Amino acid sequence: MTVEELRAQFPILSSQVNGRPLVYLDNAATSQRPASVVECWEGMALRTNANLHRAVHALAARATDRYEQTREFVRHYLNAAAREEIIFTSGTTGGINLLAHSFGEAFLQEGDEILIAECEHHSDIVPWQLLAARKGLKIKVLPVLDDGMPDLSALEGLLSPRTKIACIAQISNVLGILNPVGEIIRTCHAKGCAVLVDGAQGIVHGKVDVRALDCDFYVFSGHKVFAATGTGVLYGKKGLLEQMPPFLGGGEMIDTVRFSGTTFAPLPGKFEAGTQDFCAVPTLMPALALAGSVFADAELQRSGEEVKAYVLDALRRNPRIRLFGDPTDPARKVPLFSFCVEGAHHEDLALILDKMGVAVRSGQMCAEPLMDRFGVTGMLRASFAPYNTLREAETFTASLEKAIDMLT
Amino acid sequence: MTLEEKKQEVVDEFAMFEGWMDRYEYIIELGKNLDAYPEDRRTEDRLIKGCQSRVWLDWELRDGRLEFAADSDALITKGIIALLLDVYSGRTAEEIAADDFSFLEEIGLRENLSPTRANGLVSMIATLRRAAEETLAGK
Repeated sequence: MTVEELRAQFPILSSQVNGRPLVYLDNAATSQRPASVVECWEGMALRTNANLHRAVHALAARATDRYEQTREFVRHYLNAAAREEIIFTSGTTGGINLLAHSFGEAFLQEGDEILIAECEHHSDIVPWQLLAARKGLKIKVLPVLDDGMPDLSALEGLLSPRTKIACIAQISNVLGILNPVGEIIRTCHAKGCAVLVDGAQGIVHGKVDVRALDCDFYVFSGHKVFAATGTGVLYGKKGLLEQMPPFLGGGEMIDTVRFSGTTFAPLPGKFEAGTQDFCAVPTLMPALALAGSVFADAELQRSGEEVKAYVLDALRRNPRIRLFGDPTDPARKVPLFSFCVEGAHHEDLALILDKMGVAVRSGQMCAEPLMDRFGVTGMLRASFAPYNTLREAETFTASLEKAIDMLT
Repeated sequence: MTLEEKKQEVVDEFAMFEGWMDRYEYIIELGKNLDAYPEDRRTEDRLIKGCQSRVWLDWELRDGRLEFAADSDALITKGIIALLLDVYSGRTAEEIAADDFSFLEEIGLRENLSPTRANGLVSMIATLRRAAEETLAGK
């Protein structure tokens, strides 16, 4: 498939903003949606709208089939062992909050420890802080080195017999580096510590195999990988999920309810309380199918590498630009670039780029600890998707030059 | 020049600009030329919430008129501050409290700025108003 053929599947990419062709480089915040996803979403609402699991009528049966078909699709895509291991959530944040609550209830006691990488976004910090405050736990931080890589040499020393779970992003939403999660998981497991891999960005940049990774938990959001907003997945090893109590109560998660006591549904229903977003969830099928075919397409991979190399080179060559997340091994870098420009504020740059049709993110990127780590109040971030062309990358660098000129 | 005359002058000035670039270049220039902000007043309580960039705004009453001083780490925001100060600094609390600040929409500032920036602008205006109201209340 050529990039142009891929782009043709995303109607929004041919639109204009501020009188210029849209160059959408805020993919790490949310991806655009292909027509197949929108049609699936719309089709569910127009033709298959019925609440799941409960009713016996035909429409409800169809909606339930689609929903469970999606679960099987996701299980297969992630190479999970069983359908019980796939929990639908509202997104990464929803998944981590569920996990922090239910894993915490099951496995953590006062004085236990949670290890969190310094590069995590707020959604993988704050739920754990809330848990720590409730249960009297200690949070330890795995530092990030100057080049953006986690400090693996510190890992073993940070793990004690009381460290029950470690939380690490597969790819940080600021640094754009493929973290060595496999190695981290092996080290943690050797010390008896479970691992959550935050796949919010990881799911976007390559095929994920949870069994090969051997992570205990994996979370991602659908909307960052072409699917509908409000969708997400929490993968968990069955043996762990079975021991964990429910998070939210009500709806699908019950077995029998009496005022004298309630019993809960088996997995995965136990963690899916209330009416699910049954119109949106099936969009994970066309979305992940497209993602999978993009990762398997040699032509698209080649053009993606070309875009990455071009932008990386342009940013590195500008002496006024400080790039965050610049590993020595370029294979570890994904096309997500956060940087500061000497003498020009990130917000000014983003505002001027927007006027030129280029959508980038500016600010703290939901990762204040990382901003503190690098001693900045904010950054500018350009994050590319497989549908971004080399021409767009050139428009971005030329527009950036112009914006810098205007401001300095 | 009265407040009304001053606002009209700004509106006329902005009417001459062809596109966003002229307008931004002008605002950036205003930002660069803004008087230096006193370092001892760069404090947490003078920091305005609601901006992606940081904005400090302070005021004092001199001969019955409100004199403002402000700064920002972002240049376009600083330019907008300079514009506001040029119009409102040195006015009486009565004049500022009675003003509706609608001329900012006339010069296309509110609609042309990003949502977060517009929030910052709204916060700045709220702070100018608060200065006027506190002065009137005799604080």
